[in-house]
Amino acid sequence: MELTPEERGILAGRSGEPVRRSFEMQIAAGEFFGAGRMVPVTSAHLTGDPESMGDAGLRFVEDLCGRGARFVIPTTTNPRNVDFALYRELGQTEEIARRERRLRDLVVAMGAVPVDTCANYQTVYPPRFGEHLAWGDTGAVIYANAVAGARSNFEGGPASYAAALTGRVAAYGMHLDECRLGTHLIDVADQPRSVSDWGALGCFVGRRLTNYWLVPVFAGIEAQPSADALKQLGATLASYGSLAMFHVVGVTPEARTVNEAFGGQAPRETIDVSPGGLAGVYRSFEPEREHVDLVVFGTPHLSLFEVRDLATMLKGRTVHPRTVLLLTMSAGVKALADQFGYTRAIEASGGKMITGVCYYIMTPRELSRVHGFRTIVTDSAKLANIIAAYGYNPIFRATPECVEAAISGRSVVR
Amino acid sequence: MNVRPRASGARGGSLPIVLTGHPGVGGVAEGEALVSPDGFSARYDLDLTAGTISRESHALYGQSLAARIFVCPTAKGGFATAWALLNLRERGRAPAAMLFGWANPVMVQGAVLAGIALMDRLTPDPMQVIHTGDRVRVDPKAGRVEVWPRAAERRGRPV
Repeated sequence: MELTPEERGILAGRSGEPVRRSFEMQIAAGEFFGAGRMVPVTSAHLTGDPESMGDAGLRFVEDLCGRGARFVIPTTTNPRNVDFALYRELGQTEEIARRERRLRDLVVAMGAVPVDTCANYQTVYPPRFGEHLAWGDTGAVIYANAVAGARSNFEGGPASYAAALTGRVAAYGMHLDECRLGTHLIDVADQPRSVSDWGALGCFVGRRLTNYWLVPVFAGIEAQPSADALKQLGATLASYGSLAMFHVVGVTPEARTVNEAFGGQAPRETIDVSPGGLAGVYRSFEPEREHVDLVVFGTPHLSLFEVRDLATMLKGRTVHPRTVLLLTMSAGVKALADQFGYTRAIEASGGKMITGVCYYIMTPRELSRVHGFRTIVTDSAKLANIIAAYGYNPIFRATPECVEAAISGRSVVR
Repeated sequence: MNVRPRASGARGGSLPIVLTGHPGVGGVAEGEALVSPDGFSARYDLDLTAGTISRESHALYGQSLAARIFVCPTAKGGFATAWALLNLRERGRAPAAMLFGWANPVMVQGAVLAGIALMDRLTPDPMQVIHTGDRVRVDPKAGRVEVWPRAAERRGRPV
């Protein structure tokens, strides 16, 4: 790898041992993917929670902080394991909360702003076209790349810390023009009509393209998708397919035409989304039993408008006494929802508004053990995908059906 | 999976199948192959405490990755994998090495942090030539993988 004089200084230890070690790790991963140089980044989004990090990861961060490491670029944080105000009520342990407080103290001491949201791009840090970023959350990365035209790879846990400390990442993958070009044409004949339909579309394609280095190009779409629709499309593509980039012809900035999206090359393959394709995605999630233990909205974090819509649907209604309804969002969106009365309507129905967390990061295995949760209904195809690893029976449905499941306590067969 | 790794020197003099590719990360590792027809993510598929595959629909449900040469077509999923490999390694539940058709950044970042050998884009395709139970030696710096098929190993040894 070709390094600048400043970068050679980092490698010689001039910025301290934690920065040198971080830089070494970045170079090793970068060379694996053939990176020839480093590129400066303007923002880092840290991903790490005590559950996935374990004691080893916590010690790693303690060591960085203890040796005086400090973040050199604006640095934000992804959702955590607990909502500090509600974890007892939800049945999470003091130990989990204690570890989370410890981690928060460390990253704040190093200079992070603990926004604890995966939808940072909708709230605290809207990325701009061409901006190089070091973001960890895969849904945030694919949104930044595809919708904003910014440039980031998946900078997983330690890599996001490394980038925040060095202010750089290795220039490979989504930082390079050639890796952002379309590879597969997605011919959409089954039009997505709701936000969850966009998630179903992402699931349909993400199940077929399971490789970080593939880039789907959606053509034939009639609607002008909202930011929330593209949020669901991106998050599901990243979740099912580990994809970091997509194009929607006529919508996203690097795809004014099909030809531009593919850089003048022919697609390797065309995938047809024929009528009935999206309904088939919903149907692929089958309830084992009728009773619903849990209904969850907010993967990725809900926008203010999504909270408002849910408040409208829940107003004057009552959640089934044996069903738990959770909405996850950033503290910022919750504060606005409080102000506009959405929180009151949702809480009056029996729903819980929780902040800074995401259900699959909320120690779901422990919650399942404590409450006997098995059947989970959600309008997030991403959550439905991940939560299966934690012993749940996930049912992905459109938003109004999820609301009805919360009220009736019963899941709907499609 | 009921076949345990044999003691060293179990290759019986037979010539290995050799796979080559670009340099990987980590040091030389050797062990018994565990081949997954499905992709893999440490968050989506794994019980991090037990180190076993916990996704019920996964082809390797219930199996442990510990000390195996894990072979898999693609790396799936999100950031958690980048932490999880170190977490597994500290508790003695980590694979000895990982071979992918195509790795993604989080898998490589996790392997670098944990010091676990990882290679991808090998020729021939490891999914075609490696089978669960084969003896495998991975030399990432040399860009070389050697495979002693289980059946050949049996033939080469007096019972």
